[in-house]
Amino acid sequence: MLKIEDLHVSIKDREILKGVNLEVKAGEVHAIMGPNGTGKSTLASAIAGKSGYEVTQGNIWFKGKNLLDLSIEDRAREGVFIGFQYPVEIPGVSIANFMRTALNEVRKYRGLDPLNGAQFLKLMAEKQKVVELTDKLSTRSVNEGFSGGEKKRNEIFQMALLDPYLAVLDETDSGLDIDALRIVANGINHLRGADKSIIVITHYQRLLDYIVPDVVHVLFDGKIVMSGPKELALELEKRGYDWIKEEYEQGKL
Amino acid sequence: MRAFTQFVQQLYGANQSQYPDGGQAGIREMRENALALFLQKELPDKHIQGWQQSVLNKKARTDYVQKLQPDPYRPLAEYFQCRVQDLHPTVLPVSNGWFISENQTVNVDEQGVITGSLFAAIRQYPDLVLQLLAHPNLEKENGLVALNEALFNDGVFVYIPDNVKVEVPMQIVSLMNTADPLLVNNRHLIVLGNNAELSVIQCDDSIQKESTFSNNVSEIYLGENAHLHYYKTENKDAASMLLHHVFVHQKSYATFTSTAITFNAGYVCNSFHVNLNEPMAEAKLYGLYLVDKEQVCDNHIFINHAAPDCKSYQLYKGIMDDEASANFHGHILVAPDSQRTAAFQTNKNLLLTDKAHVTTKPFLEIYADDVQCSHGATVGQLDEEALYYLRTRGIGEAAANRLLMFAFANEIVQNVAIEALRDRLGNMVQHRLHGELNVCAQCMLNNNIVFPISLEE
Repeated sequence: MLKIEDLHVSIKDREILKGVNLEVKAGEVHAIMGPNGTGKSTLASAIAGKSGYEVTQGNIWFKGKNLLDLSIEDRAREGVFIGFQYPVEIPGVSIANFMRTALNEVRKYRGLDPLNGAQFLKLMAEKQKVVELTDKLSTRSVNEGFSGGEKKRNEIFQMALLDPYLAVLDETDSGLDIDALRIVANGINHLRGADKSIIVITHYQRLLDYIVPDVVHVLFDGKIVMSGPKELALELEKRGYDWIKEEYEQGKL
Repeated sequence: MRAFTQFVQQLYGANQSQYPDGGQAGIREMRENALALFLQKELPDKHIQGWQQSVLNKKARTDYVQKLQPDPYRPLAEYFQCRVQDLHPTVLPVSNGWFISENQTVNVDEQGVITGSLFAAIRQYPDLVLQLLAHPNLEKENGLVALNEALFNDGVFVYIPDNVKVEVPMQIVSLMNTADPLLVNNRHLIVLGNNAELSVIQCDDSIQKESTFSNNVSEIYLGENAHLHYYKTENKDAASMLLHHVFVHQKSYATFTSTAITFNAGYVCNSFHVNLNEPMAEAKLYGLYLVDKEQVCDNHIFINHAAPDCKSYQLYKGIMDDEASANFHGHILVAPDSQRTAAFQTNKNLLLTDKAHVTTKPFLEIYADDVQCSHGATVGQLDEEALYYLRTRGIGEAAANRLLMFAFANEIVQNVAIEALRDRLGNMVQHRLHGELNVCAQCMLNNNIVFPISLEE
């Protein structure tokens, strides 16, 4: 599904990612953990294609295509979804209009007919249930005046509608209370399937109680320095990241 | 004396015997006074506040002609039809500057509502019309208002008696259909009695290659607790100049709400001059201008808080593409005794290219101490973060741009209270942003199959 090879990314000539290698197979859930400022969000932005994130070396293969050759929108149309840590507010654009435009652009790219209003509303109602969002949502402007939890639920709602092959969720669990966390986790689990892959970027283990990962990676100093089974997340929760830092500095990792 | 001023003097001399007077000697005197004032003031130029950037003097020609009488009558349906669904207004048509009616008399309905040609109203109701016809403060206005008062041809007259709430909106349709370079000075007079209510839609449409100069004045008088909902849209060809000066005179508890949307024009100047003359009056003015190519749109707003406890609110937004330019000049004056005034003004602009231009000048002149006033102006580009967000969901760059521009513009359209009109205007804004539509597709005037039937034939 996804194969990242020796990825180097710089922002304004400062190298943030220094050779990331990562392979995520269809059906797998990977968690990427690590302390602040080690490049986790940069990795998500590089996969999305955000301007200002300059890839100086390496490749990002997705279903046989190099994402680096594609525009931001074509990456999404190929089936890549990025769940943002801080989704922007867009006054004046209703969620319904936004999502219908997006879904139909994706469908057009894939050679499918656009959904008409009724078909779209039916689909939207179905997906709203996944994240327990109310009907009022559809007429509201995108993220405008939403609480932190509502914004994250809206991200997962968009993911459910667009039904991507790969979802990269950047700290989707931050700022959520326990109920919102459960709802968001349910939404993510709803996407899981044999032909779907998920990358969860998180600081904390608690989301991983709900979304059990196949592999846990530790990103440190712009590189993946350690990978292991789900138990690694528990160990990190217990011991923190200092020991990783020490071992990395001693050249053990 | 500038060339255009000289031209007007000669034009007046040549045509004056044919200017209508509705059988009232006072009208001729009114014209003479106004002409003298215009010759003195001339067209506003860079020395007048708010006109520094104006292209008016550059664009005004000296070969305009006036139409001194209406074209021969033909039923409206033969050449004009507005097909906006579910909008069934009372149409008040003006063609080449003259009100269109078969028998040249005004219409009076069972509630006493009077509508029709201004000159027919002068003949039939001189007492009602003459006292409100001349502009109350002509010497204080710029030369354009004097020019209109000197040369004015026909216009629309509307009178709503006390306590009458008119349910059906009135649509004033000003059509230009001519092969001549016409100079038109329409004069509209709208009078609402106490507790009266009305919605007016003013549509200015044209298609012709010849350049025309419309310099129109509307005088609007609102009685106590009268409510006027005023909508204004322009769909003009690139060769036209359209200036419209709307004067509103409000008594206590009267409300005036306007939404002015400019889609297209060579040069459009929308001026609103609102006089809040008595306590508790309220004015809300919304505006949207979408200009591209080399179009120019000027907006002049003057809110005169002449009494205490009045409120005014302005929100104007513009999108400038290509080499288009716009000007927003908003002046709020709060008189010394106008305590507890609340006056707010916002102007927001999006520039889509390096060559597009906007000048925005908020101007607050406050002489009272217990007031709540604010103003703000922004000029910017589309939000990069929002564009990125939309694109990560699969929306292409051009579509994402349009979605954000529509969101920006739609804040104005949302203030239209008539649903059918709101939907239509929203749709037109959407098409305008696609670059697909230059004219209202629902206006039969703009349908090429119909249009070749000339009024003069």
